[in-house]
Amino acid sequence: MTLVMGRPQREIFGETVAALADTDPRIYVLDGDVGSSTRADIVEKAHPDRYLQMGIAEQNMLGVAAGMATMGLIPFISTFVSFAVVRPLDQVRVLIAQTGANVKITPSYGGLFTGQTGMSHIIVDDYAIMRAMPGMVTVSPADDVEAAGALRWAAAYEGPCYIRLGRDAQLRVFDDTHAFAFGRAEVVREGTDVTLITTGGQTGRTVEAAALLAADGISAHVLHVATLKPLDVEAIVAAAERTGRVITVEEGTVIGGLGGAVAEALGEHRPTRVNRIGLQDCFVQSGPNDALLDIYGLSSSRVAEQVREILASS
Amino acid sequence: MTDIVHPIAPAVAVDAAQLDHLREMARRIRVEVVRAVNHARAGHLGGPLSAADLLAALYFHELRLRPDEPAWPDRDRFVLSKGHSSIALYAAMALRGYFPVEELLTFDGAHSRLQGHPDMTRLPGLDMSTGSLGMGISAAMGMALGARLAGRDVRAWVMLGDGECQEGEVWEAAMAAPRHALDNLVVIVDHNRLQQYGWPGEGPDGRIPPQVPGELAAKWAAFGWRVIELDGHDMAAILDAFARAKEGDGRPVALIASTVKGKGVSYMEGHWYWHTRPFKPEEYAIAMRDLGEPESAAAGAPAAQGAVR
Repeated sequence: MTLVMGRPQREIFGETVAALADTDPRIYVLDGDVGSSTRADIVEKAHPDRYLQMGIAEQNMLGVAAGMATMGLIPFISTFVSFAVVRPLDQVRVLIAQTGANVKITPSYGGLFTGQTGMSHIIVDDYAIMRAMPGMVTVSPADDVEAAGALRWAAAYEGPCYIRLGRDAQLRVFDDTHAFAFGRAEVVREGTDVTLITTGGQTGRTVEAAALLAADGISAHVLHVATLKPLDVEAIVAAAERTGRVITVEEGTVIGGLGGAVAEALGEHRPTRVNRIGLQDCFVQSGPNDALLDIYGLSSSRVAEQVREILASS
Repeated sequence: MTDIVHPIAPAVAVDAAQLDHLREMARRIRVEVVRAVNHARAGHLGGPLSAADLLAALYFHELRLRPDEPAWPDRDRFVLSKGHSSIALYAAMALRGYFPVEELLTFDGAHSRLQGHPDMTRLPGLDMSTGSLGMGISAAMGMALGARLAGRDVRAWVMLGDGECQEGEVWEAAMAAPRHALDNLVVIVDHNRLQQYGWPGEGPDGRIPPQVPGELAAKWAAFGWRVIELDGHDMAAILDAFARAKEGDGRPVALIASTVKGKGVSYMEGHWYWHTRPFKPEEYAIAMRDLGEPESAAAGAPAAQGAVR
């Protein structure tokens, strides 16, 4: 079984924020001079007065967003994950998370697919950093359908949130009828032998890996965790109990990311052996998307291969 | 630099009684700063004392605000970007009626609304949480921009330290604000010519000032701001500069206020090491005498370590 490609989440970002701005006068997009990449230009074309160029100055941009939020406006941030999370981290922490500012941190170019940029632009520790920050909701939609739902949810949510979006198309996991369920993990494939817990753009490849494993007689249960914080502990415990064996799979560092979150939750609520597939404490090089997935073990076939190895050795 | 304005003729007529009242409020802010820091045995002194006249002018003359309705949507905004001078802001707010003056003695204590650095989630009337330097100007820029976009007649004032102007974010904001023509944004630089420790050199106490003379005014002007230089301890000059700051011409405004760190306490003035330091009892007595409160000196023995404060 192979999934079809959805549309790039960055395009969904531009279209969804533009559509939200049609009916909500409080919505603005603040751009760190990458609007032609993040597709904030779609917002600009639809609503020139809702597009605010902030220049190549992300620390100031996040601070301006905090100030705008105190005036009752809803700023969406347009930049890359690297320049929305790590570069202005202190501004996000002090001005946005601590104050509970109604700022939507919605960068794209998350994960490995960044258009062959290399270590400066590929940040894989965003899940770990943002979910550790007090008061910061952390969301990673699987595909285009879920990204649209998450962005619409964010506009209605009162408070700060982080949504990791992707540059390039992701495998389509959900059909058009899917409604984003904030705070709820979703079973996307039923199985009995091993539980694969996954998130973001990796979910589609994990579902494909489960199909490959089925051909080998391994029945994988797949749980998609779109909301990393607050974590759906109940669903994770239930998914662990289903098979008694858990492997996390993520397009991010396993240290403190989804793997860390699942291990914490199960360690406390339902001790279960957990193996973690993802980036192993490393910086990521540039290269074509498929090459990177292969190198870092996140392609569908490489995930299936690692799951087989883990199950065989334990 | 033709953009740098040195006021000559007064822009506002203020009567002598009003000036005397504001000077008295500034003195009382200083007294409360010294009292609270002595009581807490923690907190900053040099910066709060240099900012006292400017804060008195803001809170008792300039800002449109309602102490009994701190969240009034059309209030002017004030952000203390140099958040380590929080006690001076708290003193101004208490004297203005936001909360009882006695509460100032909870400053820096556990569960106090008056945290070491301003926390807007705890104290109504604070327009932003600050303390990590360089950030307040960005938040104030967002308030000025947000006010314009939301169609509100609101001005955003933000006070920076001159040492704080070493932070890169300050210049990110300085570059961005003129692009949005935010003439409802006013930066006040408390230019007291000392930072916490500073570079070694031939200045007072062997340290040199954060900037060379004229550097700040030239920089803000070069970034496209309307710059007004003033004496930050001359109340008439402060009111005059505030009035001129509101003569919008499409540019944001930077007021470079020359001040003296530790102003009002004889032995602190101009010495970097009074940036933050606890008092000895005799030092506290001299400070209170210098500030015109000799009777408070004897009554103000510091709280014992570990005491509830």
